[in-house]
Amino acid sequence: MTEEKYILRVENIKKSFGTNEVLKNVSVNVKKGETVCFIGPSGTGKSTLLRCINQLTIPDSGKIFLNDEEVTHAGPRINYFRQKIGMVFQNFFLFDHLTAVRNVEIALIKVKKMKPAMAREKAIFELKQVGMAEWAEHYPAELSGGQAQRVSIARALAMDPDIMLFDEPTSALDPELTREVLEVMKKLVQQGMTMLVVTHEMGFACSVANKICFMEHGLIKEEGTPSELLNNPEFERCKAFIGEFREYSQ
Amino acid sequence: MDQVTFVLDVMIPAFQNGLLMTLALVAITAPFGLLIGIGVACGRVYGGKGVSWLMKMYAVFFRGCPLLLLLFILYFGLPSFGIVLSPFVASVLGFIFCNSAYNSEYIRGSMISVKEGQLIAAKALGMTRNQAILNIVLPQALRRSIPGVSNEFIYLIKYSSLAYMITVIELTGASKLIATKYFAYNETFFAVAIVYLALVTITTFGANALEKKYAIPG
Amino acid sequence: MALEILIDWFPYLLSGISLTLGLVAAALIIGVGLGLPLALGQVYGSLPVKTVISIYVWFFRGLPVLVLLFLFYFGIFPAMGLDLPAFYVGAVVLGLWGAAYQSQVFRGAIQSISEGQMTAARSLGMSRFQAIRSVILPQSMRIALPGWSNQYPEILTESSVCYAIGVAELLTRSSQIVSQTYVTMPIYLACAVIFILLSYAGTTGIHMLEKKIAIPGFGPGGS
Repeated sequence: MTEEKYILRVENIKKSFGTNEVLKNVSVNVKKGETVCFIGPSGTGKSTLLRCINQLTIPDSGKIFLNDEEVTHAGPRINYFRQKIGMVFQNFFLFDHLTAVRNVEIALIKVKKMKPAMAREKAIFELKQVGMAEWAEHYPAELSGGQAQRVSIARALAMDPDIMLFDEPTSALDPELTREVLEVMKKLVQQGMTMLVVTHEMGFACSVANKICFMEHGLIKEEGTPSELLNNPEFERCKAFIGEFREYSQ
Repeated sequence: MDQVTFVLDVMIPAFQNGLLMTLALVAITAPFGLLIGIGVACGRVYGGKGVSWLMKMYAVFFRGCPLLLLLFILYFGLPSFGIVLSPFVASVLGFIFCNSAYNSEYIRGSMISVKEGQLIAAKALGMTRNQAILNIVLPQALRRSIPGVSNEFIYLIKYSSLAYMITVIELTGASKLIATKYFAYNETFFAVAIVYLALVTITTFGANALEKKYAIPG
Repeated sequence: MALEILIDWFPYLLSGISLTLGLVAAALIIGVGLGLPLALGQVYGSLPVKTVISIYVWFFRGLPVLVLLFLFYFGIFPAMGLDLPAFYVGAVVLGLWGAAYQSQVFRGAIQSISEGQMTAARSLGMSRFQAIRSVILPQSMRIALPGWSNQYPEILTESSVCYAIGVAELLTRSSQIVSQTYVTMPIYLACAVIFILLSYAGTTGIHMLEKKIAIPGFGPGGS
């Protein structure tokens, strides 16, 4: 084996909300260009884990490194790391008072201090990437869920992040809208983006993930490549979950 | 005169009388303000074109005209038409006009928000239009307007102070008189402020309790 | 006869408009300038800050404007060694009083913005301050506008209470005319009409502004 070089290291993260231990001890390493999917029942800490990575939720203990720089305990420098860590939310969280293109460019202007003209150019480019350029002047309320989610992906991509976090990006969408968002995400995978994805879309996870982590009760119970998880008899819990999940969703 | 004697012998008796007068103004105004407010609201929502317009003008005039000016009209203006009102009656009348105009807005708002289906369902049961309004729409609308109406009641406590400007010696008047007489402005006005804050705070708690009690589930 | 007197004195009455509007403008400007920081402090401040602001709001909303005017005009300002003209006292008191009410309009609007907006802004690397400035405030100000503009007619009518400390605004002037001419009703009614027209004109103007800055699907007038 060659020497492992990780872009993101998550080490022994623990997080409790009151008496509820949401993350018991989670460690994950991600290599550049990898896609890691997190699956498992709801309420098992998948979303909390993502939020801990960019410190929207501060973990109780454990460390996180991006390119060997510590993200935890970064103080005000966290705002620099957050530019490097793009995030996409289940409910899009587009800024409701701004058009699509203004949504994408606002952080470029306010955070990256880019000139408005350059920011606009970049924003249009990113909107093209997600197939939303012709909707640039529309407000979030005028977009379908799938369109809004694609804009929010463009908004995160515009910051030129090293990795992207997707927190159940399609859970709030109808099936046909889910497809358009997944297409955009697949394109990102092909372009070599490093991605961490919390999802219930097993088909997506199995087709693009380099690694699938099955989480339960605040722990990564089983992890492996999609084919390992599906074919290897030692990953029983995960298979049972997928089976149940398929039943429910049909 | 030392502070203790001032408070015990001057301030407290004056405030007692003033407080009684304030409470009398509020207590007489409030029920009329509510009833007339309901009437004006009903006229606006269910009246014919003419009635509806008249009721609207009532609300526009008495909400747009400063209350103090209204008191002057009633107290100084009406005598030129041969109508002479005592300061107390003029105050209460002015407060009723003002209070009912604002209440009518809240009640009208909640009447409109009662779904049309309610009225249709009541008519389908054989109720007349008036019965339906009285038994079905109003009870719902009144509950919904409790926050607005009780807010208006709190306003009433505060603007009852304007009666002093036409020589009714209520709380503010009582405090102004002794403050001027004894050159004790800060002490007296802070003291009267505490009395008002107590009145308003107690009323707020009462209003919140009332709101909870009559909340409609869902 | 009465009509002639009204016409003779009408310019004098009208010139009271500038003082009335001056009081209203002061109340609105101080109301925003002080009310907005108060609202931000109440939402984002530490516990002591929140407590102090709550007490401020409770005090100014719990008292009649008349009592506040007496308190500041005869009590607090003289005790501070300030000998301010009545107009300034009226403007400051209406401003402090208006700030208490307006802060609650702003606070409600800020709190109505979903937490996701802040989360998304922070996830892009904005500081808390940047997020409040570029995301939270532009949204909440639009939401606050109708509630805020509802303050205008209230402040307008309340400004007449400054009569009690002798500010020569509309009501004071009409009373002066009445005591000069012994004509009462026409003068007072003219004064009432001016107040109602001012109220109507201001409200209409604000509604036009609301329409102009409305955003599709967002806030009042947008959806």
